[in-house]
Amino acid sequence: MTINDFWIVLTASLISLCCVIPGTFLVLRRMAMFGDAISHAVLPGLVVAYLLSGSRESFIMLPGAAATGLLVTFLIEWIQKRMRIQNDAAIGLVYTFLFAVGVILVSAYAAQTDLDQECVLYGEIAYVPFDLIMNDAGFSLGPRQVWIAGSLFLALILVLLISYRALYITTFDAGYATALGISVAFWHYVLMGMVSMVTVVSFESVGAVLVIALLIGPPATAALFAKRLPFLLVLASVIGILSCIGGYYLAVWWNASIAGAISMMIGILFGLGLLIRKLISHP
Amino acid sequence: MTSQNLIDFILLREPNVLLVVAGSIILCGMSAIVGCFTFLRKRALIGDAVSHSVLPGVCLAFILTGEKNPLYFLIGAIISGMMSLLIMEGLTRSRQTRPDTAIALMLSVFFGIGIVLLTSIQHSGNASQAGLDKFLFGKAASITLEDIRLFAFSSAGILSIIFIFLRGFTAISFDEEFAVSIGFPVRWLRFALSFLTVWAVSVGIQAVGVVLMSALLITPALAARMWTHSIRFMLFLAMLFGMLSGYLGAFVSYSAPAMPTGPWIVVAATFIAAVSMVFAPNRGILAQWFERRKNTNKTLEENILKLFYQIAEKTGESSKPILEEDLVNYRAFSKSQLKLGLRLLQKKAFIQFHLSTWKLTDLGEIEARRIVRLHRLWELYLQQYLNLDSDHVHDDAEAMEHVITPEIEAQLDEILGNPKVDPHNTIIPPK
Amino acid sequence: MPEIQNPSLEAHNLTVIYHRKPVLWSIDFTLPQGQIIGIMGPNGAGKSTLLKAILGLVPLNSGYSKVFDKDLGDVRQRVSYIPQRQTVDWDFPATVMDVVLMGRFQKRGMFQRISPEDKAIAQEALEQVNMQDYASRQISQLSGGQQQRVFLARALAQQADLYLLDEPFVGVDAATEQSIVELLRKMKSEGKTIVVVHHDLHTAREYFDWLVLLNASLIACGPVEDVFTDELLKVTYSGKLTVLSQVGDQLRERNFPVREK
Repeated sequence: MTINDFWIVLTASLISLCCVIPGTFLVLRRMAMFGDAISHAVLPGLVVAYLLSGSRESFIMLPGAAATGLLVTFLIEWIQKRMRIQNDAAIGLVYTFLFAVGVILVSAYAAQTDLDQECVLYGEIAYVPFDLIMNDAGFSLGPRQVWIAGSLFLALILVLLISYRALYITTFDAGYATALGISVAFWHYVLMGMVSMVTVVSFESVGAVLVIALLIGPPATAALFAKRLPFLLVLASVIGILSCIGGYYLAVWWNASIAGAISMMIGILFGLGLLIRKLISHP
Repeated sequence: MTSQNLIDFILLREPNVLLVVAGSIILCGMSAIVGCFTFLRKRALIGDAVSHSVLPGVCLAFILTGEKNPLYFLIGAIISGMMSLLIMEGLTRSRQTRPDTAIALMLSVFFGIGIVLLTSIQHSGNASQAGLDKFLFGKAASITLEDIRLFAFSSAGILSIIFIFLRGFTAISFDEEFAVSIGFPVRWLRFALSFLTVWAVSVGIQAVGVVLMSALLITPALAARMWTHSIRFMLFLAMLFGMLSGYLGAFVSYSAPAMPTGPWIVVAATFIAAVSMVFAPNRGILAQWFERRKNTNKTLEENILKLFYQIAEKTGESSKPILEEDLVNYRAFSKSQLKLGLRLLQKKAFIQFHLSTWKLTDLGEIEARRIVRLHRLWELYLQQYLNLDSDHVHDDAEAMEHVITPEIEAQLDEILGNPKVDPHNTIIPPK
Repeated sequence: MPEIQNPSLEAHNLTVIYHRKPVLWSIDFTLPQGQIIGIMGPNGAGKSTLLKAILGLVPLNSGYSKVFDKDLGDVRQRVSYIPQRQTVDWDFPATVMDVVLMGRFQKRGMFQRISPEDKAIAQEALEQVNMQDYASRQISQLSGGQQQRVFLARALAQQADLYLLDEPFVGVDAATEQSIVELLRKMKSEGKTIVVVHHDLHTAREYFDWLVLLNASLIACGPVEDVFTDELLKVTYSGKLTVLSQVGDQLRERNFPVREK
């Protein structure tokens, strides 16, 4: 394994770990498609941020991203309630529109933003090792994406520790939680905020559609086996990392998109999980 | 984009334009019709997953045959899409995963496989693959005559099947259990509809691409739904909206060939949907606003008329002329509200202004009596049947009496046994 | 009716309008402490909504309620809610013990660690419902009756004084129903107040000391011998309130404001 290989796999793994945290709760709350919606809907905001700030620093965009995610959530709920349109159609309407706008912007301003349409879908994680942060002495501190993903992961761990009990109980039994005086709406928005931030950070590396695989896949596979939530989180993290490693080498072998291969690997591990579970219950 | 170009486009002067326009319109119109059923069955997100899932099929068709043949792409797409759909349904039915998880998983995994295949083809340096990436976001500008033949055939096939089995499809979209109970072959109908959806998606992606195809299924259907309850009209409207979006997308493709058409078609369709949400009668925002205002005015007018009647009752003078200022003593109206209400009543000839006072007309007296009757009947009902104290009753009664229809009035009369007095022991005006 | 000293629950002019339809209308009642109280009425009468209104789960259009003569916010520690079973996703990755320990969250708040004392209380609660052998069983593997007992254990672990149960006997086998009723009686003997939304007229007289009859508005409230009469039951279940429902439909269809400003 070369150093470049290492950086790429590390970045992917860190992103996968970031995704597992909100992704697990999306799965448990039956809101997987909401994750899909937010990951697409942040695109126009991202492009505008690139254009305005001239920089690709994700940190600048994180609060903007969180805000966009919350806005999208709001919009979908408004359309549902006020226009009395069903949930799935409201989600589909809002996110395809925002994503379309995003793609148009990317296409129109391709020169300025350094993005292209395909990259938006599946990212360019292969370029991670070449995008290094240099310190003043001229030494490389490692790839930018590693720092960003790593920091986000630490931040998410912190948020998880604080919100664990609240998310646990509002996910399992919202009525009971409200009766205890916990604001279900507040924690819902906290979760959506986490999804937004994770989406934005992952965008460059794995793109819009494949971030969904990372959000949903490992937790879904782990849920086949885990009896309790803490174990689910750990198992999902392991599965995520394995998918990243396996996916990377698959991509190298076939000379194909790394993000795509990781997504494929997630599917394979899920299938494997189903198989194992079947074998366990019918020995 | 010169005005000459624009005219050329509208008049379909160039054969290429004709192709592009025809192709887009056919695809988008047909997809919108199929999408109506997806929408009605609340399977928008499944449609989304199917759209993403056809990509690996298209790529495999190219890899296996080495040709850029639209028919092979179509077949590959259908197989891939059906596989994904069957797995999703299998997972949901066996309860191994939650339904939304199954959808998101299939969407991203199948798409991921497709991307792997696509990039693998791209990196293998095979020049003829240049046509494949148009499947991501659509490029109407690259539609050929051969493509049109395929589109026309597919659309004709899909639409004929839909219209032949319209009753069955409508039944399972509305209430599957009921359809089973009346002996419809629900399983077959379900499968047929799923197959048609996958087929429509597999063709439609040429205009709009894989990523945004679901919008073509859902958005025109959603827009059409705003305007009507009738399924046939909804199908027709959705087709119209779809075709319009396709036309606009074709226009963009023509004037800016480097731009992908898919996003523009989606933007056009969403714009139509937004306009529908605002302007549609009954369900639209504007219509709702008007209705609310009409209701508030009605309530205001009726309350004022009631007042006239009650004042007359109290003083024993039938149809007493009243000063505007005095009205405020009896009930808390804001000045502007009062002015508005009086003006509205005057326009309807219920009251007239004479020598600085207002008076009920004969027409007004009849109407006032009707309203007071409803008010007191309703109060009585609330008191008797809901055991409400007479001081609670007054507020609640006022809110609801304005919606009492003649049918409800008749029922009240019957239930209460043609009562003569209300809870406050005042006389209920007879009919 | 004599004035009730130390009421457990009171409602004054409680009105709840849901999707433009009046569900509860001007409800006034006072309930005593230390009794097993049933809330009954036909389908759609607003029984569950009444519990939810008291707990603040649905907004009130008018009126207010008091628990132990105080606002709910001040006495939450003393109130335990057992919602309907189907509101919960039983596929959640948790063991029976995890769910019962949730009952201690109120005391411990968001961050305080669960103590050995908490675990002991949870264990005891499980024993009271006879589920101690299932402590590490995953909840997706439980039967309906077992799920209900786990819910009850969670409520017991809260160590509250007022228990509000929403249709606890739906989809529960007869043996479990009996054992739950016995547990409720035991709780009553310890001075707890228990309010149960119930649907089965046949068992009402046997289970409850006090009864509330509801059909959008309050029909009657009092000791079961006084309230469980043919006449009052007829009024409750007679369907003469369809006019109210029709008016509600009109309000909704014609987009009318529900309360005048």
